[in-house]
Amino acid sequence: MHPAPSVIVFTALSGLGFGLFMWLGLGFPGFTGMAAFGSYFIAYAFSVGGLLASTYHLANRKNAIYSFSQWQTSWLSREGILAVVTLLVFAPVAIAQIFFQSDAWNWLGPIGSALALATVFATSMIYTQLKTIPRWNMPLTPVLFLLYAVAGGALLAMQAKVAGVLILILVALQWAAWMMGDRRFADTGTTKGTATGLDRIGTVTTFESAHTARNYILDEMVHIVGRKHSEKLRMISTIFLGVIPVLMLLLLPANMFVAILALVSHLVGVFASRWLFFAEAEHVVGTYYARG
Amino acid sequence: MTKMPATTAKKLGLVIDLDTCVGCHGCVTACKGWNTQNYGAPLSDIDAYGADPEGTFLNRVFSYNVQPDDGGAAQTIHFPKSCLHCEDAPCVTVCPTGASYKRAEDGIVLVNEDRCIGCGLCAWSCPYGARELDQDAGVMKKCTLCVDRIYNENLPEEDREPACVRTCPSNARHFGDFADPDSAVSKLVAERGGIDLMPEQGTRPVNQYLPPRPKDTLDKTPPPQLQTVATEAKGFLGWLDKALDALPGGEKTETAKERL
Ligand code: SF4
Ligand code: SF4
Ligand code: SF4
Repeated sequence: MHPAPSVIVFTALSGLGFGLFMWLGLGFPGFTGMAAFGSYFIAYAFSVGGLLASTYHLANRKNAIYSFSQWQTSWLSREGILAVVTLLVFAPVAIAQIFFQSDAWNWLGPIGSALALATVFATSMIYTQLKTIPRWNMPLTPVLFLLYAVAGGALLAMQAKVAGVLILILVALQWAAWMMGDRRFADTGTTKGTATGLDRIGTVTTFESAHTARNYILDEMVHIVGRKHSEKLRMISTIFLGVIPVLMLLLLPANMFVAILALVSHLVGVFASRWLFFAEAEHVVGTYYARG
Repeated sequence: MTKMPATTAKKLGLVIDLDTCVGCHGCVTACKGWNTQNYGAPLSDIDAYGADPEGTFLNRVFSYNVQPDDGGAAQTIHFPKSCLHCEDAPCVTVCPTGASYKRAEDGIVLVNEDRCIGCGLCAWSCPYGARELDQDAGVMKKCTLCVDRIYNENLPEEDREPACVRTCPSNARHFGDFADPDSAVSKLVAERGGIDLMPEQGTRPVNQYLPPRPKDTLDKTPPPQLQTVATEAKGFLGWLDKALDALPGGEKTETAKERL
């Protein structure tokens, strides 16, 4: 799939923002006043920024309001609704904590936390539901999206030790997903033969593509640039995502400087792995185009 | 609504005969022509006369080689591909806006362009590459089964079928109702053994493909290869051959005989 910056930024940032909301709702780091303002500012900036980035993926934004209408069937619609509800639920909690130093609305926090997780889950299901992209279509995908959110959120909520442990689990599961994902396409049994139904005659190869120019399908779904570097990128992503932050968080004394460096490294890793999430994903429509 | 109708009264769709399609792309052109002037936004072309032209098409014809496993002669098969109006259409249920829908009355899958946000998710969910986002209008385009022809009483009776079917010079395309077991298309599919494309995707396509009939095979051994009658070049040409070989860079040692 085409690794469009808009969807990479959307999934990465909004995931981290809602991950931070999850911790804030549970009372971590438990700031009030200006410090609370800082935490909520980051949470809102990441989640809203991510959602705004996603609208750059839309070719016809003027109809955007309708995207909240199909929650009965569409994960994309559910995601939009859950995101807006989560952002609204946290508003009174944040206002009370920041401006009134009050915990009067804190009872809403855990509800908001659950909604934040549900939002991330809905985001992950937009991708997981697609049978056409076997690499995404597995139960590990939502688990990973949630872990990315909760681990990155812990880092943003300055829960250094918890974040360190969560990131360790995240890296292990990310590698599991990469390796399982490598086999997914073959496991579905989809080939040029099943795509054309001509496997009942013999071995199918392409004689001529349907078009000499590029088109939307090729641009969007038959992205092959970069797949050849995937091994290297997996290593780079692992180092920035996990190795550096974990070493810093678990071995160095907790302070602001360490936290920020660990966060920056983690963010680089998140973006690299999210780039791979899209770039490595093979769509079954590619079988119509593949030479072999 | 992107909820699927439980059943559809009719199942309108196409039969595409891979045995008779000659790969002329006539259906591609007829489709582009009709659908640029009728339902919804026109099918745009980008950089049409420039170095890197591209455009939106609802029907495209691939060509494949198939080598039979028994070693028989390879076949070239032209393969038109458009929306299959699937019974379990994933492109409908993923749509967040309700723009993508399947009609309860005849099973046609359509896009309501007044609701579409151009998110592309429906195209991602289609295994067949049947949906293209129009780069000019920013809305999703797909085969409408010429919904604006098949019921159109302003057209003469014989034109009330999809433009691709109407135009196909080799009669490789047929239109009809698959819910009716006695319809011409249902009978054709039963007789020739219609194929579902990518059945493992579970989309239950309405459109059916008729497999190419088996080709003739040679029933006797081919005639023996002709024997070489002259191995040594003689006369003037023989002299010229040797003289040229003797020049620097020539094949000095090899004789014409050895070369054979
Ligand atoms: S062929 Fe593709 S676009 Fe058409 S109904 Fe099936 S899944 Fe949807
Ligand atoms: S591109 Fe349009 S029709 Fe397709 S899923 Fe998005 S809103 Fe629905
Ligand atoms: S018009 Fe008929 S023969 Fe020509 S490519 Fe289309 S289906 Fe094949």
